[in-house]
Amino acid sequence: MSQQQPPPPAPPGGTPAAGSAPAAGDLTDQLIATSIWTDEMVAGAGIPIIDVPLTSVGGGIGSFVLADVLRIAGMPAGSMRALGQADRPWDTYAYLASVSQIPEPERLRSDAGSTPDNIWGFPSFAVREAFGARSLTGFIAPLFQVLVEPILTDYYTPPAGHVYSGMQREADRIGWWNMVDKGQVRMIRRRAGGGYFTILTPPAGTSATKRVAYRSLHVHTAVGYPGVRFLRDLQEYREKHQDFTRVVNAYEPHEHVYQELRKRPGTVVVRGSGIVGSRILQRLIDDREHHGAQTTIIHLFRNFVDGPQGKSIFMRRPGADGFAYQGFNFPKAAWGGQLKNRLERSGPEERKELIAQMGGTNTPKRKLWQQQLAKGRREGYYRTHVGTVTEVYPGDDGTVVTRIDTADGVLEVAANYIVDATGLQADIGEHRVLNDLLEHGGAGRNAVGRLDVEPSFEVRGTRSGEGRIYASGSSTLGGYYAGVDSFLGLQYAALQIADDLASQRFVKKIGPVRSTLQWWKWAFNRKVSS
Amino acid sequence: MTPTLFGRIQTRIFLVAVVGSLWTLLITPVLPGGGDDGVPYAMTFSILLVVGVAGIVWEFVYHALQQFRWEKDWPTLLSLVTGINEGLLAWLIVAAGFAPGIDDGVPLAAFLVHFITTWLVIFLYANGPMRVPFLRWRYRGGRLV
Ligand SMILES: Cc1cc2nc3c(=O)[nH]c(=O)nc-3n(C[C@H](O)[C@H](O)[C@H](O)COP(=O)(O)OP(=O)(O)OC[C@H]3O[C@@H](n4cnc5c(N)ncnc54)[C@H](O)[C@@H]3O)c2cc1C
Repeated sequence: MSQQQPPPPAPPGGTPAAGSAPAAGDLTDQLIATSIWTDEMVAGAGIPIIDVPLTSVGGGIGSFVLADVLRIAGMPAGSMRALGQADRPWDTYAYLASVSQIPEPERLRSDAGSTPDNIWGFPSFAVREAFGARSLTGFIAPLFQVLVEPILTDYYTPPAGHVYSGMQREADRIGWWNMVDKGQVRMIRRRAGGGYFTILTPPAGTSATKRVAYRSLHVHTAVGYPGVRFLRDLQEYREKHQDFTRVVNAYEPHEHVYQELRKRPGTVVVRGSGIVGSRILQRLIDDREHHGAQTTIIHLFRNFVDGPQGKSIFMRRPGADGFAYQGFNFPKAAWGGQLKNRLERSGPEERKELIAQMGGTNTPKRKLWQQQLAKGRREGYYRTHVGTVTEVYPGDDGTVVTRIDTADGVLEVAANYIVDATGLQADIGEHRVLNDLLEHGGAGRNAVGRLDVEPSFEVRGTRSGEGRIYASGSSTLGGYYAGVDSFLGLQYAALQIADDLASQRFVKKIGPVRSTLQWWKWAFNRKVSS
Repeated sequence: MTPTLFGRIQTRIFLVAVVGSLWTLLITPVLPGGGDDGVPYAMTFSILLVVGVAGIVWEFVYHALQQFRWEKDWPTLLSLVTGINEGLLAWLIVAAGFAPGIDDGVPLAAFLVHFITTWLVIFLYANGPMRVPFLRWRYRGGRLV
């Protein structure tokens, strides 16, 4: 690989370069309309320029995990700026998790070895939970579970709080807190002569100008989810009737639903049969079992999975009672086994098909959930209907009515609340920065419609001189790796990016010796040298 | 780690040749049943070789079985309990006199202690510490090269 060519030297320590004209420090029409910017254009607009070799847009778990790998690969803390709005990298995750019913003490969705605070996956969360336990059963239980999962027990999954505190420790260790600048990123544009400008809008009152430009050789984006997706009929209802109380999305705060249902008996319609649907059902039934709620649950399915799915016995996913079952959002081997290999070898269309076959709507077959739903069915408070919703409209006594086309004719279900647990994804074009990359940055879409990335997670078509843009997280689904939107997937992407950067001598390659020495440091919580 | 066939074979060779050998070096002098002279290294390393070579054949069997699993994974428990079938076969091979350099049999106690401890050491190593030097191993289905 050729040698890297950094942008021209600038004042050290990132002091803003003085603009020649006394402009407002905001984007100009000329900048907005031009895909490739010169230094003069930016300076001319009065936007201060900060030089840094790498920016990471997002500042969430994806940015954090990349910083972790790169720091371990020898990158000085000063070589990367993570640009984001959250105070801590897991804030957005923790928010989404808690509204969708995974509060801190609850266990989240990934396995023991998905450790965003440890690039090796060892010691796993299960081992750490065991050694942190205060009783013998507390010690044995997690170890036994990882030994016999998923055959004799459910998969071990760590409590959300452990994952957050682990990341806190690792953030302290790698010097993360000095690598972050707060604000909203508006766009990334290529720079004439190589590298990129990342335009940040810092929080009001924290900077002299409205915008700040980061001039970097490379850029990474991990912006999470572009937005919450609502089912169309529900969106129409909400807008037409301005009712945001009775029709809610699982990914927005909706605690009032549960509080109200504890006070008086009611009916809830749940839409969605993925893991979030399962979580909502658990919460509703927990409230019945422990807080005296008298809720009747009507679960609507568009596709009802009544048995194992798949033509070949070698590719058949378990399923029953409406749900498709698997431990995680993709089969395990998609993260690092034969299914990963298969995806890597496939062409774009075949990849799209395989991803659809392995992914789609599914949920783990957890014992508690099976028991709760079985009891609900027996006692009549959990009922299911299959069909297509044609309309949602207000009913009597403050209810909302769902009209469904079923195989047996039209059905009308009146409920006090409707919870939409169908999804979070929205089109990447709805994210301003990604949309700008598509329009001005040379990026394209893959067969699934997301950002087209190389196996190294470089965004195809966006090179600028020696500079590269990388992306990780949900915006890259549809490429060579299925589990991109998971802790382990983010770590895999980070490792691929680090290897690609190592081949350009941006960092060192993490070989067995470095890996072992660095692990040792991790184990004794020694700071990564700055 | 969710293994691929090549990953299985590479990992097997590494684990037996490196981890198994180190452990065999340590444990052989204290194995029971060897009389006054103790159990000779030639015997324990021969057993290790049998476990390694037969193991490669076993990996094909496991890989075939794995195809019936939707997740295409190999649960941890299976990699522990397959010690039973592998141990039995290794004992039969040794008892039948097919192990190189072992002519007059092996004391059962020595075989059991050697095989079981080696299996456990390899199992524990593969389920954790292996990831420390080989950072990419778990994403590569167990392939080392
Ligand atoms: C409810 C839920 C539970 C999940 N559970 C698990 C689990 O148990 N295990 C697992 O492995 N995975 C899980 N995932 C998937 C995934 O691992 C997480 O969503 C993870 O947080 C994704 O990391 P990210 O960096 O892509 O996004 P985030 O962590 O969301 O970070 C993106 C950040 O970018 C910021 N941002 C976006 N646009 C801009 C902009 N223009 N300027 C500045 N900042 C911006 C956002 O504010 C956000 O803070 C879960 C996802 C959800 C929604």
